[in-house]
Amino acid sequence: MTQISDVTQDKKNARARIKRMKLSNVVARNILFLFAIITILTTIGIIASLLRDSVGFFAEISVKDFLFGKVWTPLFSEPQFGVLPLVCGTILITVISAVISIPIGLFTAIYLSEYANRKVRKVIKPILEVLAGIPSIVFGYFALTTITPFLKNIIPQTEIFNALSASIAVGVMTIPLVSSLSEDALRAVPDSLRQGALALGSTKMETSLKVVVPAAISGISASFVLAISRAIGETMIVTIAAGARSNLTINPLESVQTMTSFIVQASQGDNPHGTVGYYSLFAVGLLLFLITLVLNIFSHYLVDKYRKEY
Amino acid sequence: MNQVKYRKLKNSIFHVAIFCITLIGIVVLAVLLVDIIKRGVPFLTKTFFTNFPSRFPKKSGILPGIMGSVYIILLTIVFSVPVGVGTAVYLEEYAKNNRITKFIKINISNLSGTPSIVYGLLGLAVFVRTFGLGKSILSGALTMSLVVLPIVIVSSQEAIKAVPQYLMHGSYALGATKWQTIRKIVIPSALPGIFTGVILSVSRALGESAPLLMVGAATYVSKLPDSVFSGFTALPLQIYYWMGLPKEEFKDLAAAGIIVLLAILLSTNAITILLRNKYQRSME
Repeated sequence: MTQISDVTQDKKNARARIKRMKLSNVVARNILFLFAIITILTTIGIIASLLRDSVGFFAEISVKDFLFGKVWTPLFSEPQFGVLPLVCGTILITVISAVISIPIGLFTAIYLSEYANRKVRKVIKPILEVLAGIPSIVFGYFALTTITPFLKNIIPQTEIFNALSASIAVGVMTIPLVSSLSEDALRAVPDSLRQGALALGSTKMETSLKVVVPAAISGISASFVLAISRAIGETMIVTIAAGARSNLTINPLESVQTMTSFIVQASQGDNPHGTVGYYSLFAVGLLLFLITLVLNIFSHYLVDKYRKEY
Repeated sequence: MNQVKYRKLKNSIFHVAIFCITLIGIVVLAVLLVDIIKRGVPFLTKTFFTNFPSRFPKKSGILPGIMGSVYIILLTIVFSVPVGVGTAVYLEEYAKNNRITKFIKINISNLSGTPSIVYGLLGLAVFVRTFGLGKSILSGALTMSLVVLPIVIVSSQEAIKAVPQYLMHGSYALGATKWQTIRKIVIPSALPGIFTGVILSVSRALGESAPLLMVGAATYVSKLPDSVFSGFTALPLQIYYWMGLPKEEFKDLAAAGIIVLLAILLSTNAITILLRNKYQRSME
């Protein structure tokens, strides 16, 4: 008798344990889901806080005046809020830095993926990773204390704060981004394509430039887009080296202000909460966020495309 | 025949040219490091690590910057690692392949591309003002956690993906639930990879200055933080402050600060590389 009741007791215990196990599994699943939701809440938080404070700004300044106005003087007694000089400064720095980072990054990637042997790659790749890990404030210092004096030596009319010096630093900083992502794309190209080209008598250069690079083009262009997006959002280098004068110019030797460096400058000054000056921070931030959002989605689309190809 | 020679020559020239281009990044890195070491080393005295900033360059120190960064990093780890690893586990193990999952994934990749200054604006609007946390270490650490969250998630996902299927199947075959398998099999085997991600995000958080500037970190403080609600400064902000001062000597002081920052970053990088090598070998 006692034996039978022991067995039923055991069965009961076992069932209870299984139930507990299953329950904790469900609980864990839901808690982890909540963690995942935090990432979405972050995006919602960004959009909501940018929108909320931009509303105060756009109540005073029309969207048209903001987007197409040519004068940005938020600190003057009669402030004007035309964002074009900031956008122009951002584009100037982005374009020059892209001219540096894109070719250098791409050729570095071609060298590492197609030409370098294992030993060389083992030396160069970690160095590039170190370069990628250097904080932007260090590049800002480098721009201000090394690149700018160097430029002034060559071209004496260079201003102390100038777009060119900042652009060079941003360009160098984004080289590893372009090279590592492009190299990944090049390496994903199947060897059969290379062997085919070589078998037809192509040189390595012809194989690389006419077969491998075109085959990896969507991944490579994704790396370009990401580098551009990084340059647009880069803050400390431009704040340190490009100056704080909003300036509608395409002369890289002059001082310019970008969207990001304006945000830093305005947040450091005492812009009282609730003024148009304070809200302008968020309006510029919103514009910056939207631009990088579009670029990020575009690069995501490009990466997706190259994943599908192979 | 001549043409073949010409094409081969072109190939050799191309080879040399792109090798030289590859060296550009390395040369710039070398110039940058030499320059900073030359300027900064004379200021790396014992007092530099124990003093507060001062208007005399010789007496200036970096102590509050180091302490502020330590606080920020520790809190950032506390906030971002559980959420980041949890999200990665959810996405790799539990999530069904549906629209919500796809949206979460796209959203994370977009967050990783969002400029850090935008996170700073979020921190200013939400943590500093709406939650009323003020210009405190807590606001800074919460903002920084959001900046590094995508890094923690993506590297943890990679680590979890690399766990061999047969280990998990073995666990299921013994009657374990998914959660037990995750706790006892998946996370322990993915730990080195997860740790790599954590170090990566620490080095990102150490060097990041823009979001901290936005949430109102001071560039000059005269006492050490005593709670998470204290005002603070951080290593990169201290450097930024010295860089902006007119006296040339302060620029050398900034270089000394950069040496400290880079030394910490390079040693964390070295740990990552060592770990990765060890991990790769053990997986093989």
